[in-house]
Amino acid sequence: MIYREAGDFKTSYRDDGQTFPIRLDRWGYYAVLAVAFGIIPFLINDYWASAVFVPLLIYAIAALGLNILTGYAGQVSLGTGGFMAVGAYSVYKLMTAFPEISIVIHILLAGGITALVGVLFGLPSLRIKGFYLAVATLAAQFFLVWLFNKVPWFYNYSASGQINAPERTLLGHAVTGPATSAPAKYLICLVFAFVLAWVARNLTRGTLGRKWMAIRDMDIAAEIIGVNPLTAKLSAFAVSSFFVGIAGALLFAVYLGAAEVGEAFGINKSFLVLFMIIIGGLGSIFGSFAGAAFMVLLPVLLKNVLVGSFGWPTNLAAHIELMIVGALIVFFLIVEPHGLARLWALTKEKLRLWPFPH
Amino acid sequence: MTRMQTQSQSQSQAPLPAQDGHVTADGRQIGGVMMEMKNITLRFGGVVAIKDISFDIRQGEIRAIIGPNGAGKSSMLNVISGFYHPQEGEVWFKGYRRGPMKPYEVARLGIARTFQNIALFDGMSVLDNIMTGRLNRMKSGFLAQALWWGPAEREENLNREAVEKIIDFLEIQNIRKTPVGRLPYGLKKRVELARALAAEPQLLLLDEPMAGMNVEEKEDMSRFILDVNDEFGTTIALIEHDMGVVMDLSDRVVVMDYGRKIGDGTPDEVRSNQDVIDAYLGVAHD
Repeated sequence: MIYREAGDFKTSYRDDGQTFPIRLDRWGYYAVLAVAFGIIPFLINDYWASAVFVPLLIYAIAALGLNILTGYAGQVSLGTGGFMAVGAYSVYKLMTAFPEISIVIHILLAGGITALVGVLFGLPSLRIKGFYLAVATLAAQFFLVWLFNKVPWFYNYSASGQINAPERTLLGHAVTGPATSAPAKYLICLVFAFVLAWVARNLTRGTLGRKWMAIRDMDIAAEIIGVNPLTAKLSAFAVSSFFVGIAGALLFAVYLGAAEVGEAFGINKSFLVLFMIIIGGLGSIFGSFAGAAFMVLLPVLLKNVLVGSFGWPTNLAAHIELMIVGALIVFFLIVEPHGLARLWALTKEKLRLWPFPH
Repeated sequence: MTRMQTQSQSQSQAPLPAQDGHVTADGRQIGGVMMEMKNITLRFGGVVAIKDISFDIRQGEIRAIIGPNGAGKSSMLNVISGFYHPQEGEVWFKGYRRGPMKPYEVARLGIARTFQNIALFDGMSVLDNIMTGRLNRMKSGFLAQALWWGPAEREENLNREAVEKIIDFLEIQNIRKTPVGRLPYGLKKRVELARALAAEPQLLLLDEPMAGMNVEEKEDMSRFILDVNDEFGTTIALIEHDMGVVMDLSDRVVVMDYGRKIGDGTPDEVRSNQDVIDAYLGVAHD
């Protein structure tokens, strides 16, 4: 009844091309932003920040990055963990080498360095596709982890082989290091997630996004209409790696504080982010957030229910939790192979007519 | 349909003169040679797909390439659109010899095409598909796009306007936001034509634009092809199996068989050519 575009006339192409053409969607979007920026920072405590919101936002950025590459440009990648490690180690080297420069610039630079590395490992995509490309990016994953393990320069010759984030402040508040408050952690991740999601939306709605999708859907036809596959694929690798690198930098500097490359950025991380975009929906900005929310919130929720409500022992609950998450992933994929984003789109299509049948 | 009839009549009365520039009986301006294929030979390993073929395409005309299955028509179109590189021969476009080019470079010269098996981007809406036809005209920088700032948005809206004209022209307004995957076959063909037109090509290549259509859809498509040629002045080269359509639409016809050219001329000249009749109807072997 309320959710429909009838009567909401568009008189310019600018209005027609906006992100949320339906009024109710627009209000919903502004409401979410208002809550995220205006209410949550005042209520958040350490548990909610470290268990829910900070990982959710960081993984959403990583999922956005992988979605640009896999969902929009159609290039499968299993190197996400490795690229996140590049972001993390870049920000660590920058933080320790130039302590006087703002952490925001370090994080952006870490993204830029990861973009370069991503382009390098994206070169095989010009010749190989699909599973074969997945294997090539898998090589990137293992090589990068090996590199950060074996070359002591990357972890500043520390005895443990770990990297530790020193304290850095932004506008007078600590945003990295052990003294960081929950709202500070949350807000820096939120700002990055918000700006990057907006950039991802802009890139995918315009010329570049159409080039990526054309390459994804039919590369021969794309080339015939004038898309240069070289620049289209490599730009997708660059933008995607930029996002993933920033996610890695935030994961290390803001969330973990200390990291060991094999543990924090192993192959598991690559699969986790890949699951997020498959469950959330390939080729969808909303899907990246939905998938990240699903994979981050579900274990937390299950743990609370099993341990908190049923009183099961923690170790038993941890195993059961894995099984339930796995089963739910399979269930969701059977119900809607195109992910939560498609489920949401279908719901909206039904809602536009509701309660009338036609 | 009346226009098609008058056109075929006019051709029977006045065959094309050899010199540059003339006006057809229905008032269309045919200019000089736009594209010239000189002694093209294309091989795949030991198989000779095209053998020593020469022909030209004039500015503003509708040029058909016909022939039995396996004659090398699609290969010829692929040579023109830069997808195949012939081993021998020269391709001249607008007075310049075209070296071996990538397909996307050929597209930038102003050559657009459609495919025999529809090659649309299934994951995108009709509007987005047609907008991809204008990618080469959109020049805003990466940063402007990322921030959706000034030039990027302006450019998007300007190109949207141009695309909307084509949508109006091909009468597909009601499906502009529909994902292409959901459309029926005939409409997909039309969207593909729209995408090719969006590039505002000088030379439009159509690979079997009417394959698999019923009579009504064929009439619609014929009308669109004639209108494109008439209103935009686009030069068109097409491959088609429906002889009635070819003879009605085209100004000149090239006939191929087993990779060789066996006929070239106006529809009526071709129709009365003994080699062409033999190729289509077969000859008695004694």
